[in-house]
Amino acid sequence: MKVLVPVKRVIDYNVKARVKADQSGIDLANVKMSMNPFCEIAVEEAVRQKEKGAATEVVAVSIGPAQAQETLRTALAMGADRAILIQTDADPEPLAVAKLLQAVIAQENPDVVIMGKQAIDGDNNATGQMLSALLGWPQATFANAIELSAGNASVCRDVDGGIQNVDVALPAIITADLRLNEPRYASLPNIMKAKKKPLDITEAASLGVDLAPRLSVVKVTEPPKRGGGIKVETAADLVNKLKTEAGVL
Amino acid sequence: MAVLVVADHDNASLKDNTHKTVTAALALSNDVDILVAGSGAKGVADAAAKIAGVRKVLLAESDSLGQGLAEAVEALIVPLMANYDAVLTPATSQGKNFSPRIAAKLDVAQISEIVEVIDASTFVRPIYAGNALETVKSSDGKKVITVRATAFKAAGEGGSAAVDSIDAGPGAGKTTFVSQQLVKSARPELTAAKIVVSGGRAMGSAEEFQRVIDPLADKLGAAVGASRAAVDAGYAPNDYQVGQTGKVVAPELYVAIGISGAIQHLAGMKDSKIIVAINKDGDAPIFQVADYGLVADYKSAVPELMDALTAAGV
Repeated sequence: MKVLVPVKRVIDYNVKARVKADQSGIDLANVKMSMNPFCEIAVEEAVRQKEKGAATEVVAVSIGPAQAQETLRTALAMGADRAILIQTDADPEPLAVAKLLQAVIAQENPDVVIMGKQAIDGDNNATGQMLSALLGWPQATFANAIELSAGNASVCRDVDGGIQNVDVALPAIITADLRLNEPRYASLPNIMKAKKKPLDITEAASLGVDLAPRLSVVKVTEPPKRGGGIKVETAADLVNKLKTEAGVL
Repeated sequence: MAVLVVADHDNASLKDNTHKTVTAALALSNDVDILVAGSGAKGVADAAAKIAGVRKVLLAESDSLGQGLAEAVEALIVPLMANYDAVLTPATSQGKNFSPRIAAKLDVAQISEIVEVIDASTFVRPIYAGNALETVKSSDGKKVITVRATAFKAAGEGGSAAVDSIDAGPGAGKTTFVSQQLVKSARPELTAAKIVVSGGRAMGSAEEFQRVIDPLADKLGAAVGASRAAVDAGYAPNDYQVGQTGKVVAPELYVAIGISGAIQHLAGMKDSKIIVAINKDGDAPIFQVADYGLVADYKSAVPELMDALTAAGV
C-alpha cells in the first residue's frame, strides 16, 4: 500500500506572526520556517503505518518554493521513502493546491493520502476535503486513529461533542488531527540518510493547473489589542469586581 | 442575490450557531433560506422557520444526512446552488467537514471562518491563529463561506417561514458510518455558553481537573474548557479544547485556571468579554489579556473563590 503525504512549509509554530507595516501580509523575512505541525503528524502516521506493515511506501509531496526542499528532507528524515517538490513561488490557494495534488495523484496512484487537517498560516482547513471532492474519493477528516486494511480504512474522527467512527473505501483522503500521534524527532543518522533519498522537482506550471488566486487580499491587519487588566489580591476581591465592576455575575 | 444557510443541529434541536450565521447571511442579502439536512429533523426545521428574517426553510432527510456524512451533505447542496449566490455554514467540525467540498465542486475558493462581512464579496477572517486579520475580496461568481459564529450576534425569533421538504440527494457513496459517541452533559455547550471555566496543565491529572474545574463550572452554570496542554496530557477530553486547533469561544466571562496562555490558547478565547486568570506564575502570558488576574495557586484560590461566590449569593 502506497501512502502519499502532502506537507507544507510554514512559519514555525513557536514564532509569533507579525503583520507588515504596509498591511500587505505577514512579514516572513528572516523568520524561522518549519513543517506545518499537522503535516508532521501526517508524516508520522504514514511512517508508523509502514513500520507496522500496513503500508509499503511513503511518498512526501510539497507545493512551494525551492526552500520547501528542506521541509521534504525533514519528511524523509522522519522515514518517508522519497519526495516530490511541485515548485512554485506563487502562494496557491487551497483549491489550486488540491488541483496540483490531483495531478500528482494521477501520476503516483497512491492507495491513500494522509495529510494535515489545516495549515497554521492560512488556517483554511479545506485542502483535504477539496481534494476528496475533486477526485471522487471518500474522505475521513480530523482523524485521531487510523486502521488500514485491504481496500478499507477505519478512521476514528474528532467531532464536536465526541468522536465518530467511519469506514472509507480506498483510495481515500484522510486528514490528521492533533491526537493522532506525537511526531518523532529525526535522529542525526536519519537526517544524514535523508540527504541521499530521491527528491524530484517538477515545475508547478508544467502540470497545467490554473494557479490564479480567487481571493485578493485587500489588507492584513493586527487584531484589536486587549488592554492588560488589573491584578486582584484575593478571591473575594475578584468576585466583588466581577459583580460590581464587570457585571458578569 | 439569494443566500443559503446550512443549519447546525443534532437532528433533535437547532443550535444557536445557526441564528448567528443567519445574521452574517442577512448582511449579504435579504433573501436568506435555511437548509436543514438530517434525519427525523422536522422539529429542527420548524425551529429554523421561526428565525427572524428567514425566507424559507428546506428540509432534506436521509440516514446519511442524519449521520452528517460530508459526501452526502455536499451532494445535496451542490445542485441547490443553482438557485443561490452564496452558501454560509457555521464553522463547526461538521461544517468544516463538508463545506470545502462544495467549493471544490463549484470550482470556487472557500472563504473560511469569516468574522465580518464588509460587502457581498469582501470578508474579514483570522489567519495565523488569530494573530492577524485578513480582509479578502472574492472574484468567484458563487461564494462558499464558513462563519465563525462567535463573531456574530444571534438573529432573533419571530419569523414564520414555510418549510419545504426536498429530495435528500444521492447519499454518501464510499463512506460508511460505523458509530458515534457523543459526550452527554448537563452543562451548556462550550461555544454557546455565557460563562466558560477552563483548566490547564497545572491540574496535573484528570481526577484533579474534574475535582477542581467541574464544581466551579457548575456553581457558575458554566461550560468547561481546557487548554491544549491539558487535553494532550489526557486531563480533559478533546472536545473541551479551547484554542486555534480546538474551539473558539467568546463568552461574557472566561475563567482560566492554571493556564499559562500560549498563543494557541489565546487565539481561542481572546474575544471573551471579561477574562479572569488564576495562575501562580505572575509572569504567565495569560495575565496580559486578563481583565482580572489573581496570582495564586489554584489549590487554595479555587476553594476561596467558591466560598466568595457563595458569600456573594451566586
